[in-house]
Amino acid sequence: MEFVDYYKILGIDKSATTEDVRKTYRKLARKYHPDLNPNDKEAHKKFQQINEANEVLSDPAKRKKYDQYGKDWQHADQFEQARNQQSQRGARAGGASYSGGFDEEGFSDFFASMFGEGGRRQTKFRGNDYQAELHLNLKDAFTTHQQTLTVNNKNIRITIPAGVENGQKIKLKGHGGPGVNGGPAGDLFITFIIADDPVFKRDGKNLLSDVKIDLYIAVLGGDVTIDTLHGKLKLKVPPETQNGTTVRLKGKGFPVYKKENEYGDLFVSYTILVPKNLTTKEKELFHELSKLRS
Amino acid sequence: MMQTENLFPASEFCRYYNIEITFLDLLKDYGLVEVVTVEERNYLDVTELQEVEKIIRLHYDLNINLEGIDVINQLLQKLEETQDELVMLKNKLRKYEN
Repeated sequence: MEFVDYYKILGIDKSATTEDVRKTYRKLARKYHPDLNPNDKEAHKKFQQINEANEVLSDPAKRKKYDQYGKDWQHADQFEQARNQQSQRGARAGGASYSGGFDEEGFSDFFASMFGEGGRRQTKFRGNDYQAELHLNLKDAFTTHQQTLTVNNKNIRITIPAGVENGQKIKLKGHGGPGVNGGPAGDLFITFIIADDPVFKRDGKNLLSDVKIDLYIAVLGGDVTIDTLHGKLKLKVPPETQNGTTVRLKGKGFPVYKKENEYGDLFVSYTILVPKNLTTKEKELFHELSKLRS
Repeated sequence: MMQTENLFPASEFCRYYNIEITFLDLLKDYGLVEVVTVEERNYLDVTELQEVEKIIRLHYDLNINLEGIDVINQLLQKLEETQDELVMLKNKLRKYEN
């Protein structure tokens, strides 16, 4: 267990008065309060640390003990045990237990060892918010579906609406850390991470794809069958289609988040493939075509 | 008779959080929460409970007055909108990467 320097956490000198401690705590609490720093893990951690530092340093009795034994808190344990043995045996001192292994939500092991359960003021604290990532591929995000997540050994079944965006967060109220002293549980925030798709690029509700067509279809026109997330689709390519031509397929894009049966468009861009390894006959014919053009 | 199934009794909420009912009246006056009255009993909409919990924490933990909370709420909303926009722009940028 690591020694926690509460003075350093608050950035104050050991000679600071209780009023200085409170003032500094209030200033830092306003900066790092979880409600003012939503989804910022570092700020949450910092807030817990300054909260703990304030619990100790703003209370003269705790501060005295911390100053006396801080760095050698194990000695405080032995000292207190010896003192307790000298006084009445079996009389539990105000619930303050110095037994190791006590781990209270939001407070360091160091604090728990030093001040025990009775060291805390009985303030209600909301539980920690949990952050989780859920990785999906584009096809997963295309349809509304259910997934079961395991958070702290509890299974949570969630519905993922079609059209969810990469980086979008949803909140599951009350599925975070348990509250302290009867405070409410925190929330679980799930961030969706949607992997890039090899075929389709997404732009909100619209999709973009690149379709390769051969030279002859581009010049003379013809049919091509393309893949969409809605299934295969036959497209008519008009004669003299240029490389990079984009066609818009209305309603064949991505579903709009939480809007049933509403879809964006699919933009298909044609890339014309020039034939390779031409035979002598093909070369002759291309020469002839070239002459016709010059 | 009006339905109260999505409403939470204000008196119970105040008892749980150990706050005066007048505090909720004050929040209502400042336009920070909506208190619904059904048959002379005050209720909070369950969807608003989390917001009220946040206001209580900001007010009692950080000594922020109600005008300050109103400003914070608006700035947090702007921050959230900016973050959403950032995510959207990052997603747009992905189109041009690779």
